[in-house]
Amino acid sequence: MSQKRDAAIVGIHEYPSRDVEGEISPLQIKAESAAKALSDAGLNWSDVDAIYDAGDGGGMSGLNIAEYFGLNPNVIDTTGVGGSSYEFHAAHAKRDIAAGKAKVALLTYGSTAHSNARAIGVGGRGGGSMHPAENMDAFAGMTLIANYAMVAHRHMHQYGTTSEQLAEISVATRYHAMRNPEAVRAMEDLEFLDIRETTINDVVNSRMIADPLHLLECCMISDGGGAVVIASPEVARDCRKPPVWILGSGEATKYPKNGGDITSSAAVQSAPQAFGEAGVTPGEIDIAMIYDSFSITVLTLLEDLGFCKKGEGGAWVSGGRLRFDNPNGPALNTDGGGLSSNHPGMRGIFLLIEAARQLRGESTSQVKDARLAVAHGNGGMLGSRHSAGTIILGRD
Amino acid sequence: MSDPKRPLPRADEFDTRDFWSATKNKEFKYQQCSNCETIIFYSRRHCTGCTEGNLEWKTATGRGTIYTFSVVRQSYHPFFRNQVPYAVAWIDMDEGPRILSNIVGVTDPMNDLKIGQAVTVEWEEHEDLCIPLFKPA
Ligand SMILES: [Zn+2]
Repeated sequence: MSQKRDAAIVGIHEYPSRDVEGEISPLQIKAESAAKALSDAGLNWSDVDAIYDAGDGGGMSGLNIAEYFGLNPNVIDTTGVGGSSYEFHAAHAKRDIAAGKAKVALLTYGSTAHSNARAIGVGGRGGGSMHPAENMDAFAGMTLIANYAMVAHRHMHQYGTTSEQLAEISVATRYHAMRNPEAVRAMEDLEFLDIRETTINDVVNSRMIADPLHLLECCMISDGGGAVVIASPEVARDCRKPPVWILGSGEATKYPKNGGDITSSAAVQSAPQAFGEAGVTPGEIDIAMIYDSFSITVLTLLEDLGFCKKGEGGAWVSGGRLRFDNPNGPALNTDGGGLSSNHPGMRGIFLLIEAARQLRGESTSQVKDARLAVAHGNGGMLGSRHSAGTIILGRD
Repeated sequence: MSDPKRPLPRADEFDTRDFWSATKNKEFKYQQCSNCETIIFYSRRHCTGCTEGNLEWKTATGRGTIYTFSVVRQSYHPFFRNQVPYAVAWIDMDEGPRILSNIVGVTDPMNDLKIGQAVTVEWEEHEDLCIPLFKPA
């Protein structure tokens, strides 16, 4: 199988603070992260000829973001599909570079969700809306967590999945977070109680937030951001760090359907596109960077990506399989994930960043000789309308 | 100061206004295409199954089953924070539509409700419309 190497991640930066105490703005986080990611690549602002933006800096970002950065890009892409926007951006950057429209693509993210005390994880919903779907849903008081909890409950009903199996995901990500000094600082700054490695019992005995999901199955709400630079093979060859090639990509959305199956996600559609294009199988993947808004998100996505059959995820993740030092692998969210390191609302960019770290050999939970990674972002809400972006990454 | 109220749908939203209007008479309306038989819910002006759509309004019996549910223990919404714990559910109506709603009329929702359980609509009256909640049948 011939693998195309049209574009590579050449620069990365994760903004280190998860609590900026209201002192800086999302746009400022984006710009600082962009400069550091360009510097990581050995490139400069003037090299950027394509910008991808999810609108997190506010305003009509396609019109404003180039001015703020001081750039004159030839490609402006404002795809905004929630937390997976950055996987979509990486897919589009690869496509645009392969088409000869650009050589250096810049993806940025900035959020002050924690400082704004935005209740991403535990809030309710507002009133009616001029969007018809929202106008049907608003009266029921479905919290974000309840949306995912209903997927978990149905998964348990259909396949016998247990809370103990779901807890494996929380335990593995915390295990990795405790090895990542930035994640430990994040948990300290966000005033987590009892910051340590956890057990399955810790998770299932933590407070119930929306049955069947417990507190330790829910992501944090942080400030943060980051940047990713993607370049053509010619540019990548001269960059400071080894290239991390984008080998395949897939995109999809899914939404509630009368009679539909809530236990499978849009990844069922995006994953075969990405793995097929890359010419690799899930069994070959060393690093699984999977959007962990909640434990059930990861379990559902692992199944839909093809790591195991639908409904068998619970048994498959058991026994600590997802820890970086377990040879059965793959290693899950080795930065500590949204559950224990960084979740400012749209975590998709960190999936690309940590996957790149692993393939460069720079992770704090480094998998020896990691060669292939998948970054799968889920945007919107898993139990209703959501987006799926799958990116397969590989090193030389 | 009055108690915080349940968030209500807008009566002027273009696609769903006829559904909400019918709730005044405690009727659960849905659409079906007479050309391709697709069930349309939430209501729309176009058929999602064919391009020659002819949508007809039908009235559901109000009976359905619980597809899945969760019991919300924590909410920061000014109305719902006082309702916890409450059950949120996707209900499959016997005629095909799937609707997000609450299940009321149980004292201990986590133990009194089951996926697959039969439920029936329980209208909650408001000034200009009624909200379709559900209770065990
Ligand atoms: Zn039709």
